[in-house]
Amino acid sequence: MPSAPVRVILPGMLRDLVGGVAEIEVESPAESQTVAELLDRAFSGHRILDGKVRDERGQIRRHVKVFVNGEDATRGEGIGAPVPAGARVHIINAVSGG
Amino acid sequence: MTETIVAIGTRKGLWMARSTDRQDWTLEGPHFLMSEVASVAVDTREGRSTVLAGVKSWHWGPTVQASTDGGRTWTESAERALAFPADTDTALERVWQLTPDPNDADVVWAGVEPHALFKSTDRGEHYELVRGLWDHPHRPTWEPGFGGGAVHTIVPEPGRPESVLVAMSAGGVYRSGDGGQTWAPSNPGIRAGFMPDNEYPEYGQCVHKVARGQGEGELFAQNHNGVYRSHDNGATWDSIAEGLPTDFGFTVLAHPRRPGVVWVVPVADSGERIPPDAQLQVQRSDDAGATWRQQATGLPGHSYTCVLRDAASLDAADPVGVYIGTRNGDVFASADEGETFQRIATQLPDVLVVRAAQLT
Repeated sequence: MPSAPVRVILPGMLRDLVGGVAEIEVESPAESQTVAELLDRAFSGHRILDGKVRDERGQIRRHVKVFVNGEDATRGEGIGAPVPAGARVHIINAVSGG
Repeated sequence: MTETIVAIGTRKGLWMARSTDRQDWTLEGPHFLMSEVASVAVDTREGRSTVLAGVKSWHWGPTVQASTDGGRTWTESAERALAFPADTDTALERVWQLTPDPNDADVVWAGVEPHALFKSTDRGEHYELVRGLWDHPHRPTWEPGFGGGAVHTIVPEPGRPESVLVAMSAGGVYRSGDGGQTWAPSNPGIRAGFMPDNEYPEYGQCVHKVARGQGEGELFAQNHNGVYRSHDNGATWDSIAEGLPTDFGFTVLAHPRRPGVVWVVPVADSGERIPPDAQLQVQRSDDAGATWRQQATGLPGHSYTCVLRDAASLDAADPVGVYIGTRNGDVFASADEGETFQRIATQLPDVLVVRAAQLT
């Protein structure tokens, strides 16, 4: 029986780069996946997003936050944090700048 | 009809000034609003109207954007155009310099933060790390300047594609004689007055900008305290600061056709980063730095701003146009080689880079 897909919700600032797409649905694998694996799958069809959210080392950019079911994954395990099936994942731009 | 464009990169976007007579200007923008534009190159080689811009969003990171219509519309590669290879375990912070190569119309150089040089052989679509500089044993000891540790100046030698000079804050000048495979420091004569013991170290000088003049092997350098000339492509350097109101500043420009003609924009002091006597000015020499004279007609007094290292440019017209942008968001243009200036933009964010060119 397939697992519930993960919904990746994009911030408004990134939607223009992908034709107004607000949300990317990613199939959940049978085994659990990490934030890094989820983003690999989510961005496979939207390559420009990868460079915006992660640097070339695969690290989430300093002023970007990834929330998994309402929890800030960038505060904890970061790109290694687990993403359960059916999760809602928000990518947001941090409240920073001047 | 020839159009003069002035690309103005700021802390919060890019503006384009345009004119067909260099008297009446229109200002377009912003492009990339809220993103920092620290580097711009106008590539007119082979009749192109290409503009490249190093753009950094504080949220979404650095990238290189390209325009093929003189800066009116822009595209960004879906894949990272410029990125450190995985084995370096390094992330790009900012693109500080984009330099079209005079010897190969497909080559564009990029100087970045952290200290590294990249090279594109496809007109700026993709860039590769220049390993020779990255692997230099001095690299771990290069210090960041206040603006960050970066290769911010790239000076290829026309007619000798194997000869390239770079400058960085605060690593000094390095030269390659084999197209970038190997590099050696080249700072003899450049003083590093901030060093506690040896003021003339092999490297570590805080070079702010180097410009190529038209004399044989002629280069000019504006340093963190110090203005220099080289007659041997940067092998040695001689001070030309005498006669200037101050030896501090960030930028230097050299005439594209006349040997020995050079401009600097003096800053009062390292600890007082305003124009000398609060008079915004350029200083011009027609004899390779032997004598200097102030050019300030049309530039404001009671000015407490500053012109950063890439916030000045020349165009290629006759007479040459001189352009300077300030940290308080003004851009001034001279169509008569600095004799008179007019303000062509105001109230912009602080200006990081100005690049002028003629498009046909």
